[in-house]
Amino acid sequence: MAEEKRLMKGNEAIGEAAVRAGCTAYFGYPITPQNELTAYMARHMIDHKRTFIQAESEVSAINMVFGASAAGARAMTSSSSPGVSLKQEGISYACGADLPCVIVNVARSGPGLGGISPGQGDYFQATRGGGHGDYFHIVLAPKSVQEAADLTYTAFDLADTWRMPVLILADGMIGQMMEGVVLPEPRDPAKLPEKPWAAGGQYKTHRPINHVSSINLVPDELEAKVHERFKRYDQIKRKEVRFEEVNTDKADLILVAYGTSSRVCLGAQQMAKSQGIELGIFRPISLWPFPYDRISELAAKGKRFLVVEMSMGQMIQDVQLAAAGKAPISFYGRCGGNIPTEEAVLAEARRLLGK
Amino acid sequence: MELAYGHPKSLKPIQTKYCPGCGHGVIHRIICEVIDELGLQEKSIITNPVGCSIWADLYFDIDSVQPAHGRTPAAATGVKRVRPDHLVICYQGDGDLAAIGTAEIVHAANRGEKFTTIFVNNAIYGMTGGQMAPTTLVGQKATTAPYGRDPGEAGMGYPIRVLEMLSTLQGTRYLARGAVNNAANIRKTKQYIKKAFEAQMKGIGFTMVEVLSQCPTNWSMDPTESVEWLEKNMIPFYQLGEVKNTLEAPASAEKEGAK
Repeated sequence: MAEEKRLMKGNEAIGEAAVRAGCTAYFGYPITPQNELTAYMARHMIDHKRTFIQAESEVSAINMVFGASAAGARAMTSSSSPGVSLKQEGISYACGADLPCVIVNVARSGPGLGGISPGQGDYFQATRGGGHGDYFHIVLAPKSVQEAADLTYTAFDLADTWRMPVLILADGMIGQMMEGVVLPEPRDPAKLPEKPWAAGGQYKTHRPINHVSSINLVPDELEAKVHERFKRYDQIKRKEVRFEEVNTDKADLILVAYGTSSRVCLGAQQMAKSQGIELGIFRPISLWPFPYDRISELAAKGKRFLVVEMSMGQMIQDVQLAAAGKAPISFYGRCGGNIPTEEAVLAEARRLLGK
Repeated sequence: MELAYGHPKSLKPIQTKYCPGCGHGVIHRIICEVIDELGLQEKSIITNPVGCSIWADLYFDIDSVQPAHGRTPAAATGVKRVRPDHLVICYQGDGDLAAIGTAEIVHAANRGEKFTTIFVNNAIYGMTGGQMAPTTLVGQKATTAPYGRDPGEAGMGYPIRVLEMLSTLQGTRYLARGAVNNAANIRKTKQYIKKAFEAQMKGIGFTMVEVLSQCPTNWSMDPTESVEWLEKNMIPFYQLGEVKNTLEAPASAEKEGAK
């Protein structure tokens, strides 16, 4: 059978990938620029006789996810920047209760209500544990509609494997644009891995009762629980780092960017090539765990970096941590919903190279 | 010989942390008696709130889910939608339900979520030490209403009658208010809970039992005084009985209202 390729909006491709990954419960609240995703889930989850609720708020949506996940569902919510801020309480609780779920942020520009155009100003919130307490969770950043679908599909498995929320950090450009996409194989929700820790179904096995909770008032016990979680984080840092490199062996100057800004960098790199200038691209796909080791290796080889973001510079701090003073690091960014142009990135690169 | 009276199987045989005279222990017990009578111990899930009754999961011998403060009905929505054949008990206090979680309870009720809320109203914040609750009576003292709740000059608002407020919503099918200040009221409250649980298992709609309960510690009374205070002050304002019962109404009658 020929491979099925569809022309889809990023928001819809994320929705279809979630349905195919066996998402059994979706909860969302309207916010631009991710509305097509909630609408897609409304139609397709109901068609599949799965749970869809348009919640009364972002806060309720993430807490419905909390309950559904606690009861064993593959649960998901999606939103955009201001709405994801509202979800941070619930994300902290989900991390504290070790609950798997998928959260999609089709990010816009901020702070505050900001604008509805694409932004990358949510990097710190996404990668530093945006709610209260000591925690991290996996963050994946797609650069295309295809990758948005693929990473969403993978996110459900990662969430179940590591028992934590997985955040897809897209932006308004990825969500709104249309591209061809080959969709992953649908999975039967009845054949997903068992969740013996979940609430419900005790009558089938007569197991001891299960509590899904983040509370522990005994400092030594809570500390032990946090230590156990951080041991898991160490394993994730070893196994789940994802990135892509272009021309980093030949080029002295490497553009570092994720998501939409990495596509701009690719355009700039190709323009440079046609002018006889070698540029490299390093694109983190997992923003947490961040590919510190590889950037550190490149820094040790004498490479220099130009970090390009749709913000005033957030990921640059991770690049600085990775390079640890061994390489010069520059920054070019636009914000307010503006997207850097290939010409501007190339001009900045040429200025740095003196060419 | 048949056992006429004993400890409910669904309630662990341990002493609770609740203060002497607190109503939570009695409320836990009658809920567990009903779970046992319906034979649902291994098919029940409680969502326990933030507040004193966050400890409910220590005492109920059933699965539990502990959500954020006030978000209990949202989490219970998620649990019940995923496990529709289970008895889902959304246990909430007056701060959790009627202050920080107002949006969640209103919309869960309006959607007609098929879980049962047990709303424990003791007219005060317990866990945090006696602050004014949305259900604190006018004139009643609290650490944050040191001269008594004053809706006038101090702008502290009025006590909220939650059931009456929710009764206008079409998704609500059974709303009843009981109390645990004496044996007769405890028995009646248990009947309300049983009716609500049975309705839930039939998938009829949103059910909720409010239980007026005493908090001697934060009311600064001894337990005997507190049951008298409840009777003299709370019951006249929060009248006991079934506030709404449309369990027998056919689904078409509910649709009529939409015209």
